[in-house]
Amino acid sequence: MSVRTVSHLKKGEKGVIKSITDKTMSLKLLEMGCLPGSEVRLDAVAPFGDPICINVGGWYCLSLRLNEAAVIEIE
Amino acid sequence: MKLGIIKVALIGNPNAGKSTLFNALTGLRQKTGNFPGVTVEKKSGTFKIAGSGDEDDITASIVDLPGTYSIYPKSRDERVVMDILANPRHPDHPDLIIIVADASNLQRNLLLFTEINDLGIPTVLALNMLDVAASMNMSVNAVQLAMQLNVPVASINARTGEGIDKLKEAVRHAAEKKHSTSFHYFYEPVQSDLAMIEEVKELYHLDNDYVALQYVCQHDNFSFLEQPVRAKLDALIEKYGFDESQFLASETIARYEKLKPIVSRSIKKEGITDQPYWTRKLDSILLHRFWGYFTFAFVLLIVFQAIFAWASYPMDLIDEGTAKSIEWVKNALPEGVLNDLITDGIMAGIGGIIIFIPQIAILFALVAVLEESGYMARVMVIMDKLMRRFGLNGRSVVPLISGVACAVPAIMTTRSISSRYERLLTILVTPLMSCSARLPIYAILIALVVPEYKVLGILNVQGLALLGLYTLGLVGALGSAWLLSLFIPRKEPSYFMLEMPSYKVPRWGHVAFSSYESVKSFVLEAGKVIMAISIILWVLASYGPGDSMDRAEQATIVQVKSGTQEQRDAAVASARLESSYAGQFGRFIEPVIKPLGYDWKIGIALLASFAAREVFVGTMATIYSISGDTEDVPTIKERLVQEKNDVTGGPMFTPAVCYSLLIFYVFAMMCMSTIAVVYRETHGWKWPLIQLVYLMVLAYVSAFATYQLLS
Repeated sequence: MSVRTVSHLKKGEKGVIKSITDKTMSLKLLEMGCLPGSEVRLDAVAPFGDPICINVGGWYCLSLRLNEAAVIEIE
Repeated sequence: MKLGIIKVALIGNPNAGKSTLFNALTGLRQKTGNFPGVTVEKKSGTFKIAGSGDEDDITASIVDLPGTYSIYPKSRDERVVMDILANPRHPDHPDLIIIVADASNLQRNLLLFTEINDLGIPTVLALNMLDVAASMNMSVNAVQLAMQLNVPVASINARTGEGIDKLKEAVRHAAEKKHSTSFHYFYEPVQSDLAMIEEVKELYHLDNDYVALQYVCQHDNFSFLEQPVRAKLDALIEKYGFDESQFLASETIARYEKLKPIVSRSIKKEGITDQPYWTRKLDSILLHRFWGYFTFAFVLLIVFQAIFAWASYPMDLIDEGTAKSIEWVKNALPEGVLNDLITDGIMAGIGGIIIFIPQIAILFALVAVLEESGYMARVMVIMDKLMRRFGLNGRSVVPLISGVACAVPAIMTTRSISSRYERLLTILVTPLMSCSARLPIYAILIALVVPEYKVLGILNVQGLALLGLYTLGLVGALGSAWLLSLFIPRKEPSYFMLEMPSYKVPRWGHVAFSSYESVKSFVLEAGKVIMAISIILWVLASYGPGDSMDRAEQATIVQVKSGTQEQRDAAVASARLESSYAGQFGRFIEPVIKPLGYDWKIGIALLASFAAREVFVGTMATIYSISGDTEDVPTIKERLVQEKNDVTGGPMFTPAVCYSLLIFYVFAMMCMSTIAVVYRETHGWKWPLIQLVYLMVLAYVSAFATYQLLS
């Protein structure tokens, strides 16, 4: 099975962050609370399917583009 | 720390309620300006902490630093924060820091706190948005948090002002405490970095480990470090094989690891925690693939209605008031040069400025409401993919919408775009959005050529024509963004990542204040230019080289024998104007503008409006009133209708000329304030000049095509 990332989530589906694969984006994502081990849930999808809004660790809603979501690997 | 006056800095995440707290602390005793050496907006003010008994009052001068998620900057605004905190000689370097944290998102908000704490400046934590946390079924134990973090914590509600006194008390305690004896680092650097830290500390006489680490990580951001110093730090990085991005990621994770148990001990959860009900409910509509766009279109419609329809009543009143006072002054003062200068020059100029006040006030109030309520973030999300096609970013929507009022503040709002490339593109195309200064030009020319009747019962054709011009501006903006993106290479990847704040009722006081601030800066900034131009223009149109004007008058009197006294007077005035300095300017550029259908009189107005478009209509009024009859004061529209073409003898303002002028003003970059602000924001003349040239070419070619097609 290929690696699953946040960009594969369906609306309402949850996942636990395993790692962030992109080095340049990782600091920003970490600062925004996307930590390994925390739970994310896909909350909303913008009209053309991109960007998406995810709930981070039950704390808040973060919107990001699909290519940004694709660097967050989930279990 | 010197008591009596202390310097306080306000720091926090975006959306944590920082500005609300700032307003609550300072009231309206605040100043806006720029941080020394940079163009990022600076809000500063003062507040007093009353002493009790034998204690003295403390005056705190407070600056509101740009909102940031961490001390590692991602945008130009954020760079200011560390530039101030790491430089003890900076005039804004604080004695004490108030960190505002959003209690409903405690973990992420405390990351910034732990970083600031390690810089060694005394800190007080203001815990805000406890009501939002409560609506997410969470309660925060402030005492527990204070003990765990070893910092004074004040629970506040910045919107209602609750807890502000407690916060002030905490600030007093922290300020009075002699050098903190119990300071400890939240993040302990790893063993392998310690030798490097010691070396940096010794080199730059620092006593804080974490500040030393920041010298290593961020020295390129620090404006206060000279080039040789930066080179030395680069050498140190080389020597110790320090991997910066590795360090930043592991530091952030280590901080969160340490925070996690502290946060879970301080927060009590009752039931399911999730975003507030209304936020989830509204998002399901406002981000919906159909209803999302529908709502956005509706909101835009309201905004336009407000600017054009609602604002017209106060604008008419101002217009009438100005005309009446000019007439009054004209009659009250003795006739002569001074009278003309005051009425035709200065008062007409002031009238041209204050007429925009209602529109600017309404637009900025509405933009403030959209931002405050949290809706603007949703607009950015639904527009991002669309904007990306043109090389822009969802965040470009705000400058583009604000551009409808005025490009100057709109260009200033591009600072929140972290990609320099997208920011530049947005800056380059924002002036194409039809700003309020174009409105009078549009209004008068449309009134000349578009008949006033209704279609479908309610839609006014003139209104539709106006909407068409605005749409043309938008299409021009997106089109040029796309075209420019083909020529300007993108050096960095594009980011979006945006926090969606929960919806809130706007703070009306703040809305009113921001609208007041924009009006004030418009009247003062643009006003100066317009005033100056009105006076200069009046002088240029009233005087000519040597006795050329008198000679022109004599020649006309000899030539024109027939006609009424009035007609002869008009001919004389016209001849005088033509031989004045302004007239000679107009004649000089006539060959260039002839292909667009304009004569030398329009040329004068065109030249004058290079400084600011709003001058155009005023200039036309000045020119035609100087050249026209003096008996009654007809409206500018009547003057334009009467104006004859010297060559054909027919009316000057034919549909072809009017449309050509309209199109010219949709595209042309005729605003010195915009050029100045682009120069300031891009740090050089390269981009404002490129922008000036491409917009002028676009305007000239389109106006030329329009005139040739229609005539």
